[in-house]
Amino acid sequence: MRFMVIVRATKDSESGALPDMKILTEMGKFNEELAKAGVLLAAEGLQASSKGARVRFSGMKRSVIDGPFTETKELIAGFWLWQVKNLAEAIEWVKRCPNPFEGESEIEIRQVFEADDFGPALAPEVREQEERIRLQATRK
Amino acid sequence: MTATDTRRAIQAVWRIESAKLIAGLMRLVRDLGTAEDLAQDALVAALERWPTSGIPDKPGAWLMATAKHRAIDVLRRSKRIEGKHEQLAREIEAAGDAAAPDLDAALDDDVGDDLLRLIFTACHPVLPTEARVALTLRVLGGLTTPEIARAFLSSEPTIAQRIVRAKRTLAESRVPFEVPRGLDRAARLSSVLEVIYLIFNEGYSATAGDDWMQPALCEEAMRLGRILAGLAPREPEVHGLVAVMEIQASRSRARTGPDGAPILLLDQDRSRWDQLLIRRGLAALERAESLARAPGPYALQAAIAACHARARTAAETNWARIAELYDALLGVTPSPVIELNRAVAVSMARGPAEALALVERLNADGALRNYHLLPSVRGDLLMKLGRREEARVEFEHAASLTKNRRERALLLERASACGATPA
Repeated sequence: MRFMVIVRATKDSESGALPDMKILTEMGKFNEELAKAGVLLAAEGLQASSKGARVRFSGMKRSVIDGPFTETKELIAGFWLWQVKNLAEAIEWVKRCPNPFEGESEIEIRQVFEADDFGPALAPEVREQEERIRLQATRK
Repeated sequence: MTATDTRRAIQAVWRIESAKLIAGLMRLVRDLGTAEDLAQDALVAALERWPTSGIPDKPGAWLMATAKHRAIDVLRRSKRIEGKHEQLAREIEAAGDAAAPDLDAALDDDVGDDLLRLIFTACHPVLPTEARVALTLRVLGGLTTPEIARAFLSSEPTIAQRIVRAKRTLAESRVPFEVPRGLDRAARLSSVLEVIYLIFNEGYSATAGDDWMQPALCEEAMRLGRILAGLAPREPEVHGLVAVMEIQASRSRARTGPDGAPILLLDQDRSRWDQLLIRRGLAALERAESLARAPGPYALQAAIAACHARARTAAETNWARIAELYDALLGVTPSPVIELNRAVAVSMARGPAEALALVERLNADGALRNYHLLPSVRGDLLMKLGRREEARVEFEHAASLTKNRRERALLLERASACGATPA
């Protein structure tokens, strides 16, 4: 099972200031533990939203909004992708994570969809395509 | 936290800590069986106390301290109070907390070494392969007996007995508790890699029953491979194995149709291939290739898998390169199955006629008499040469040889497709 583990933004991460050296070192050690445990698939830090943008979808209309975005609560500062047995294991690992920021912060855990999760909800066009693929295989 | 939540949290802690715990204990008591029993005792204690006391900040240290106290008790109470048991008990007490493996321990090397020692011990060639697999899943994967039984379509008593016997064999063989070096190392490492790849393959292509794949087993194998790569980073074949597994696993979302029917590699929707796993696999392959002048069997298999991974469409596959890689692979590990795979690559690179000649030779050899893929490949080549009736016979024969329900259905479909008039 895979999980995306998301570090929620704070005004510190949004300020663009580099994190404290001590935090960086401890985070590095934590990532090393994750890698040694065979759990870590990916890890990235995200730059402040002032360097980003949003694209809003409304019908066929697309509008671009430049960062920064003021609702810090809605933003993220970084993410990991982990391979663990279940949510409980993801939670245990997150508990061992050093606090990514001074003061309070939050890390969110979300399960990644696997192929079998889609089941009958697969869009009709996609199922049709797969049916075609399957028939091609049998015609050979 | 509810009782269920706490229980799940404790099980999660167990998954994270148990291998290191057993490894550290093994260093103290010099016996894998005893180490595992002590670790299980510590787990029982945790299940009893943590629901009320809460999970400790350093659960690994708590488990180790608990296990060590138990170890001292057990050694002291042991019927055969020879001097060495009393001595061992005193040693453990004297060592105190210095020997406790801990996430924060400055003695990281020791923990790594212990874990490596445990891996080599669980995969010791004195044990039959299936025992190595069960023991590895138990002490390194932290899987329970029912989980292991389910994974291998075996019964719990069978697996339990297998593990008990394995521990006894290790104790009786007086297997030395060290990380093999020198001449011994290559063979011992090969045994470890074989176990991990076996677990992966069991998950990737279930040999019997209805399930085409068991993703959790693949994930477990990849996890073990990555752990080993972290512990033995200068071993090229370890990275080679990780590369093979990650690249093969990258295809799992594309391998089954909506009703669970298998889809052959060349027919898969490549947009469903996991690019993250491919990227990781290619990086592992690069590491393997940078560490050894002559690639070993896993690096070669990974290089073959990489050829597919790099081709954006089936038509862009570099079959000539794949055929070359199979030639190299046959040079290191000659095997009729690999010869069969080479024949497929040759047919794609240079045409079905040349490939058919290779397959006929294999057929005459008889080594693959009961292997369903031989008639399956033969059928495919005959079809390409327009020999439809002969092809049908081959596919039907192949279907009769496979125990996997889905694979059989696919082969029977191919057989009946031979009878259909060409479009």
